[in-house]
Amino acid sequence: MAPSDPSGKKMGMWLFLYTEIILFGGLFVLYAVYFARYTPDFIDGAALLDRGFGIVNTVILLVSSFFVAAGITAVRKGHTRIVLAGLWGALACGAIFLVNKYVEWGHKFENGIYPGSETLVDSPGGLNLFFGLYYVITGLHGLHILIGMSLLAVCLVLVYRRKITAQQDALLENSGLYWHLVDLIWIFIFPLFYLVV
Amino acid sequence: MEKTAHIFEYKTLALTLAGLLVMTGVTVGAAYIDLGWVNVWIALAIASIKASLVLVVFMHMKFEGRALRWSFLSTVGFLAVMIGFTFWDVAFR
Repeated sequence: MAPSDPSGKKMGMWLFLYTEIILFGGLFVLYAVYFARYTPDFIDGAALLDRGFGIVNTVILLVSSFFVAAGITAVRKGHTRIVLAGLWGALACGAIFLVNKYVEWGHKFENGIYPGSETLVDSPGGLNLFFGLYYVITGLHGLHILIGMSLLAVCLVLVYRRKITAQQDALLENSGLYWHLVDLIWIFIFPLFYLVV
Repeated sequence: MEKTAHIFEYKTLALTLAGLLVMTGVTVGAAYIDLGWVNVWIALAIASIKASLVLVVFMHMKFEGRALRWSFLSTVGFLAVMIGFTFWDVAFR
């Protein structure tokens, strides 16, 4: 049997997570500069967003991280049913998050607020930038939610097939790390877009 | 090589979640109090505390060794420089 390298696998995942941090970090650089330059427009932009959706989505992702973390504890204790519950719970949270995002964006599109729309092009530069950043950052984040859900779904299948166990939990641990990072990024997105006053 | 299992009890995880939810409430509440430019920094400070909780507990950073801790802190440091210095430059043009 090939020697496993759980520490190596974990470090590999963390190195990848660092690249993700820099990826979103670059977008936050843009946010920081334009927020400083167009603060009143950013405040107006935030007022146009639905704070309720933002709060609900924040809670959903925090709960989903709890589910995933509980799954790791469970796999190490051999509580397979709890591992499955955790993974199903996280997947459900991810799905609800994406549905919320769909409804939220749909509502914005209906009101003429989308990249390149007349409303945005004709509005003050700062407002256009705010929504440009909003769509790119939350869009990229949404893509990461999908990727994270795919990883968790793979883990779910492997837990059912007893390929993920207390002795072999690297894939679950790494998928969990990815999911937590997606939550971490949203923890910063939420106040920067929804709570600007 | 045997891997010692690093486990956080379910109760610890639940308490961490509770703390995160409370802090979410605080940051939302703070947004209803107009303190001018201080609001952004308060929001970022609370977000950083929440992020630290997710990192240390959910992501098991508490159990990790120097390699991971230092590489993570370096990444965050790099980000701080990238954002901070750019902001610093633009703000004084």
